[in-house]
Amino acid sequence: MNLPNLLDLSWARVFAVFLKELVQMRRDRPTFAIMIMMPVMQLVLFGYAINTDPRYLPAVVEMREDGPMTRAFLASLRASTFVDIVAVARTADEGEAMLRSGEANFLISIPEGFERRLVRGERPQILIAADASDPVAAGGALGAIERVAQSAFAPEFEGSLSYLAQGPPPYEIVVHRRYNPAGVTAFNIVPALLGVILTMTMVMITSIALTRETERGTMENLLATPVRPLEVMIGKTTPYVFVGAIQVAIVLIVATLLFRIPFTGSFLAFLIAVTLFILANLMLGYLISTVARTQMQAMQMTFFIFLPSILLSGFMFPFAAMPAWAQAIGEALPITHFLRIVREVVLKEAGLADIAGDLWPLALILVVLATLALLRFRRTLD
Amino acid sequence: MSETVIDVRGLTKSFGGRKVVDNFDLKVPRGAIYGFLGPNGSGKTTTIRMVCGLLKPESGAGEVLGLDVLKESLKIKERVGYMTQKFSLYEDLSIRENLEFIARLYGLDRRVERVDRALEDLGLSERQAQLAGKLSGGWKQRLALAACMIHEPELLLLDEPTAGVDPKARRDFWDAIRRYSAQGVTTLVSTHYMDEAVQCDSIAYIAYGKKLIDSPTAEIPKQIGLHGWRVAGRPLQQAQEMLEQSPGVDLVARFGAEIHACGKDAAALERAVRAVKQAQPHVAIEPIEAGFEEIFIYLMSGAMDNFQ
Ligand SMILES: Nc1ncnc2c1ncn2[C@@H]1O[C@H](COP(=O)(O)OP(=O)(O)OP(=O)(O)O)[C@@H](O)[C@H]1O
Ligand SMILES: [Mg+2]
Repeated sequence: MNLPNLLDLSWARVFAVFLKELVQMRRDRPTFAIMIMMPVMQLVLFGYAINTDPRYLPAVVEMREDGPMTRAFLASLRASTFVDIVAVARTADEGEAMLRSGEANFLISIPEGFERRLVRGERPQILIAADASDPVAAGGALGAIERVAQSAFAPEFEGSLSYLAQGPPPYEIVVHRRYNPAGVTAFNIVPALLGVILTMTMVMITSIALTRETERGTMENLLATPVRPLEVMIGKTTPYVFVGAIQVAIVLIVATLLFRIPFTGSFLAFLIAVTLFILANLMLGYLISTVARTQMQAMQMTFFIFLPSILLSGFMFPFAAMPAWAQAIGEALPITHFLRIVREVVLKEAGLADIAGDLWPLALILVVLATLALLRFRRTLD
Repeated sequence: MSETVIDVRGLTKSFGGRKVVDNFDLKVPRGAIYGFLGPNGSGKTTTIRMVCGLLKPESGAGEVLGLDVLKESLKIKERVGYMTQKFSLYEDLSIRENLEFIARLYGLDRRVERVDRALEDLGLSERQAQLAGKLSGGWKQRLALAACMIHEPELLLLDEPTAGVDPKARRDFWDAIRRYSAQGVTTLVSTHYMDEAVQCDSIAYIAYGKKLIDSPTAEIPKQIGLHGWRVAGRPLQQAQEMLEQSPGVDLVARFGAEIHACGKDAAALERAVRAVKQAQPHVAIEPIEAGFEEIFIYLMSGAMDNFQ
């Protein structure tokens, strides 16, 4: 079976399959109702906080001063389990850029003349800018950095400086929440729920696309016609693009009306991303349906995909806090990229250029899944 | 013109290590009506599926409509009408939607017209909006048959097309097949009905995956060489039991108030029947020609395991 042969297609046959699938979907009222009701129910159920204990969140340190105390502070930060220092920036712009792109969740700045003013008792500030679009991660920042500073500076406040150990700390830690200043958990959860809802319905519904035909015996008739694998694939998945679009609309409406989530970024960027994401999920489900022999198996495989999509995508736990192997799995899941995109676009004013880094992996996943599904399609009943 | 439409050689297929079709050859000339007979599980469906490219043979080769069975199955599918043994149209689509779907897949012109005509021929015009799943068994069968003919195929592969179909519809069906045959359409049809078997030009008989007989229908009785006697009268139960135990009687088939006793050895058979007459004087005996019914019951009773 060579590829040119696989890409062979007649739009008339694609349309035939599409139409048939659409009619069948319309007749299956309960399933259709669930697909429409699910977003609303999920939003209401999960639109509230899921608390976690984040660790190893990426941070960038902006060091305007290089002295024994600041170095001790940096060393303590590196040793801490709360943050993971991914870079030490020399300029303010560099640090800001990393925060914006999501490479770092925190920007910790030590201002110029910190040590001098500390010794003089002027209470200099340590500035922490937190990406609060993930409020769970941002929430623990203040306490954690306070503890780090305490243990870093304590040994320094000895001898001639022992007066600094008395009273309140001779420095001040100031946290700026960025992107979601109020730290509303729903702001983070609701856009992410869109990803979860789409993953769940799109994968599940297409995972039985072929399996159902095999189980009902209609596959034999379908295969006896000159229909090509690509035509079946396109025709069978397209109706669900519309279902996905309806779900997106529902989530957007509920998000605005019920949770009052501001949509700050580019809507075009969002549309492109959500389309790619829906397609990737449909292909994932379709791939399952080329593997599963029964609808039961298809459901089980869907859950096999669904669990990592929730646990390893950054939905449940901050992505950066996960071990490398879990991150590797996460990167391969469409939802991981979609979550990053949707948070950036909805909360961080991102445009097309800002999300390119997650858009192309999404496109790549889509192409890989579609190719695999086409190659897996059994043209015979064997 | 005796162009060969099906020409397959050495088709073999195993499931779970068991050879279900073993080294199967078949040549069907254009316009022929070829009957495909054999007991349940003998491999008829499997063979037909291999012929239309739905199953990949382990070994063997062949051409269908001059196209390579292994490599050109897509082209073959465009010109073949395959009716599956099990109903395989969409139960949740209406009768009309099913036919239109098939017509679209074959890229047919004048689609609405063709579907209208098929519905009319079927006599289902009034019920075209009804879901196919709600049809009775026989009607489902007739719908499936109409669906596989809608693109006017050159070769019909029909897997028990008339199972569960009433006698009148079966007669109409065979009339249609003969009409198509006259126009050059070739038919390979599997059946368990003997009255249909005799309507075929030729018959291939398969058992345990092996083809045992492949001859023009008219030559088969001579080839098997089965002799028969009719034993009639009432009561018959004792006569039947006697016959079943007699040497020389290979087959005892009860047809209501008469028994057909058959055997390969004419002399031994006659001796056995006359012995029964002696013991049961009220029965009438009479030599007859063994019909297809008896021949195939005889074949299926396993007596032909080692034939050929
Ligand atoms: N997909 C399959 N997997 C495993 N075994 C199979 C499969 N299809 C058929 N078989 C086996 O192959 C044998 C032949 O089956 P086939 O359906 O070809 O018989 P048939 O002659 O059509 O029988 P019938 O008259 O009952 O329709 C049977 O023993 C059947 O159990
Ligand atoms: Mg069969």
